[in-house]
Amino acid sequence: MSPTNIFAPASTPADSIFGLSIFVVLTVAAIFIAVFALLLYAVVKFRNKRTDDRSEPPQVYGSTQVELAWTVIPVLIVVALFLASARVIASIQDAPRPPSALEVTVIGHQYWWEYRYPKLNIVTANELHVPVSNPAHPTPTFMTLLSADTDHSFWVPRLAGKTDLIPNHPNTMWIDPHEAGLFLGQCAQYCGVQHAKMLIRVYVQPRAEFDRWVKEQQELPHSGTPDGAVSAGQRVFESTACVNCHAISGTPAKGRFGPDLTHLMSRDTIASGAAPSTHDTLRRWIQDPDAIKPGSKMPAMGLSDHDLDAVTAYLETLR
Amino acid sequence: MYCLICAETAIFTIFVVAYLFYIGKSVSGPKPQDVLHAPIFYSICLLSSSLTIHAAVRKLVAGDMKAFARFWLLTIALGATFLYGTAREWIHLIFHDGLTVSTNLFGTTYYSLVGLHAFHVTMGLLALTLVALFYFSAGLRREHAERLEVLSMYWHFVDAVWVVVFTVVYVIGV
Amino acid sequence: MSTNTIALTDFPVSRSFPLRLHEWVTTVDHKRLGLLYIVFAMVFLMAGGIEATIMRLQLIRPHNDLVSPEVFNRMFTMHGTTMIFFVAMPLVFGFANYLVPLMIGARDMAFPRLNAFSFWMTALGGLLLYFSFVGGDGLYGAGSAPDVGWFAYAPLTSRTFSVGHSTDFWTLALLVSGIGSVGTAINIVTTVLCMRCPGMALRKMPLLAWLNLTMGGLVILAVSPLTAAQLMLLVDRYLGGHFFDAQAGGSAVIWMHFFWVFGHPEVYVLAIPAFAIASEIIPVFSRKAIFGYPVMVLATIAIGFISMSVWAHHMFTVGMTSGANTFFVLSTMAIAVPTGIKIFNWLATMWGGKIRFAVPMMFCVAFLFQFLVAGLTGVTLAVAPFDWQLGNSYYLVAHFHYVIVGAILFAIFGGFYYWFPKVTGKMYNEPIAKLQFWLFFIGFHLTFDFMHIPGLLGMPRRIYTYEPGRGWDIWNVIVTIGVFFQAAGVLALAANLLLSYFRGKAAGNDPWDAWTLEWSTSSPPPAYNFAVIPVVRSRRPLWDLKHPEDPDWRYE
Repeated sequence: MSPTNIFAPASTPADSIFGLSIFVVLTVAAIFIAVFALLLYAVVKFRNKRTDDRSEPPQVYGSTQVELAWTVIPVLIVVALFLASARVIASIQDAPRPPSALEVTVIGHQYWWEYRYPKLNIVTANELHVPVSNPAHPTPTFMTLLSADTDHSFWVPRLAGKTDLIPNHPNTMWIDPHEAGLFLGQCAQYCGVQHAKMLIRVYVQPRAEFDRWVKEQQELPHSGTPDGAVSAGQRVFESTACVNCHAISGTPAKGRFGPDLTHLMSRDTIASGAAPSTHDTLRRWIQDPDAIKPGSKMPAMGLSDHDLDAVTAYLETLR
Repeated sequence: MYCLICAETAIFTIFVVAYLFYIGKSVSGPKPQDVLHAPIFYSICLLSSSLTIHAAVRKLVAGDMKAFARFWLLTIALGATFLYGTAREWIHLIFHDGLTVSTNLFGTTYYSLVGLHAFHVTMGLLALTLVALFYFSAGLRREHAERLEVLSMYWHFVDAVWVVVFTVVYVIGV
Repeated sequence: MSTNTIALTDFPVSRSFPLRLHEWVTTVDHKRLGLLYIVFAMVFLMAGGIEATIMRLQLIRPHNDLVSPEVFNRMFTMHGTTMIFFVAMPLVFGFANYLVPLMIGARDMAFPRLNAFSFWMTALGGLLLYFSFVGGDGLYGAGSAPDVGWFAYAPLTSRTFSVGHSTDFWTLALLVSGIGSVGTAINIVTTVLCMRCPGMALRKMPLLAWLNLTMGGLVILAVSPLTAAQLMLLVDRYLGGHFFDAQAGGSAVIWMHFFWVFGHPEVYVLAIPAFAIASEIIPVFSRKAIFGYPVMVLATIAIGFISMSVWAHHMFTVGMTSGANTFFVLSTMAIAVPTGIKIFNWLATMWGGKIRFAVPMMFCVAFLFQFLVAGLTGVTLAVAPFDWQLGNSYYLVAHFHYVIVGAILFAIFGGFYYWFPKVTGKMYNEPIAKLQFWLFFIGFHLTFDFMHIPGLLGMPRRIYTYEPGRGWDIWNVIVTIGVFFQAAGVLALAANLLLSYFRGKAAGNDPWDAWTLEWSTSSPPPAYNFAVIPVVRSRRPLWDLKHPEDPDWRYE
């Protein structure tokens, strides 16, 4: 089954939409069948038979009753659909935020996702971790959506409808996934060259696992050499322009243009899902980002093979 | 001409909406209340030019060519005075107050809206001048009154737009 | 109604090619300008089709590398912009230009020179847009093709994110053609309101005239906001303005509002003339008067009005308040009511008739079926929460192509075949036309029926490639296959019409036994349309002539 099927909801907003959509689709299907049947009947019953003379059929210019009927009935259908929609709109958009809600700030960038958990002091990228929400005691995740550059849109079909990230126009959305697992999605508002590879991965975790993840994210990475000295790779990282764009907690690297790399190795993918995180892909990415995601904003730094190996080794210590 | 006026109204409406939406939203730079001074005199000139063009056409219908010419030229003069006033205002804003189209949202929306209107005034003046040239080359006759009536509708429209622009920029926005 | 008029094809002297070219380039005749619009549109249809084919080939499998992301992004931008502004609009204007004066008994449009000017402005816009392909990249290039999407959302179009001049090609090409569009609209409105023949009160006018009148009004009100927005974009890009500059407090959302205030009525600008064509063809081939003429007129006007109030249903996901979202749900659903009424009226016209399935009628029946489906998927999208899932996905792409290709283009193809005999004096080849219909019909359904499914499975639009394992692969293959059937269909249409022009049988004035004024003059009509301006008494003047014992004006 498709991991991005809108008809396989796993969270209340997606559930509400699913329920509404069944009602709408059934209504619309009924209308279609009725009108199509009439069309088919007309096409068959009233075709000109070759045995016909050339006389014209009775000319009927109109009928007020019929016009009234097929005005009133659609109006009633419209009212029903409208009321159903209004209810779901309100239930999703105007849902109050409970105090138990997890707050995440999502910042859209050209072509990656920044996730900040302000109350937990976590800054990460591209892979969103949230706790499972028990319908009896909900612990939803409320997201504030911002953009650092162009318009983006956060769409994980099984969790919720999409909401746009627009610069200077903060938006909010919320999810409360009832089952653990990995949920996929991607940017749904054309934002530039690599819009297609701005993928989303949402890891919904049972409470204990989520808390463990939070703790790990809050720690500083242990990336020094056993005697405490700075590794060769770290030196390359800090002396090349890497620090202009990237941040690693506990080091002089404080750039915010690119993803935070503090816990890079805790992620399954790199380049916002464009490639799995393995030694070879990571090395290739640093060597030439365009080989994996042509047009991404990260430049090829022109490192020598030796420096490349050192930096890759360093980044692989960032758990 | 009515159709053209509808289309132009739609364009101006969008610029007016943008202006209204952005009132008070400039992040920095001069504010309207600091630098704008309502151009009352020049507005009166422009609005009275509607009266003079109307009178001109009436005179043409009546066949009084000399009176027509007087009113027509007066219309052009009043319109030109209005443009002169706009130019003066802009020179002051740019060189004295430091407000340009790129300074802030107020600058962008102000120059766009007032500029769009001034552009339409200019186009109108060109047409009016063309008619004046026709008059002086003795090509203009009484039968042309209907066409000049249509042209004057455009001129009335330009004046009506100024009423709206003036209200939005110098009254509401300040 | 004179039948022995001199047609242009009867000239005894054969004119040289340069002379004939000069005639066409300087023409102000509404019929020739109509044909120029249509030929122009067909050329650009090929261009847009090639762009679509490239996209579909790239998407035939995940992680394909037929074209780079840069090229793909240019393809969807150019495809959308071309098809809307340089195919659909010119087709609609071409039909209006050719038919409206003929059907209201006039000799030409109200402003023939404005008419010519408007056409050439549209042509200039098209050439300007396509020049972008050869303008060239780099600091010294004129700029490459735009890649910001056909609705060019801010701030992607700002100087920061759109380096070079590619966006300017988009802006300027549409500004120029927009001037042409408004000019044509002014012409149509004035012609219909002021130049009807004696006896043709507004309520005796053919539906085609009413619908094109509505379309003209919509163009005047809707294209202007686009012009305004584009001027603002130019101010931002060239004069350092901040209309859409988030850093200075500007708003990306306001571009969306301005664009869609244009964008939504625009689709009705395209659809309403297609309705007009269907409203002429269906009665003639059902051998009955149109059912509910007054209601059809009122429904059209209602659609025109309501269409100006639904625009933000393109913006359900941008974060408007629940109140605003709810309002636009209501207005969007409201427009479904008059639209549905029209479908029922066409159906009722066929009901009890003696339907002849010549190719124009086949296209119109397909139009009815496909417009029904398109309208219903539109109703599903009007449900804002459902749109939160399906907006900007392939379901949406399938929906609007269903409207524009399945409804509008099918009706237009029907119109091509219906009026071809009038325009050229020759009949087209019916068996080939039927083949062409089925090719195109199969291709259309292969592509656009199955295109809904990836959308339902989470595939967004405007992506140059996609991940495997999401269940999208097989559907993309089927969608791509359909393209080739459609291409074959369109080429067959062009071939049939071209060949029939040279070798078709003579058609006579009125091959379909129809009832509106254009069928009373010769095929092709002379330059002056009618030797004597007709005087009419009903909506179907030729019916009155053919059935003097039972004329229409007794019942109207």
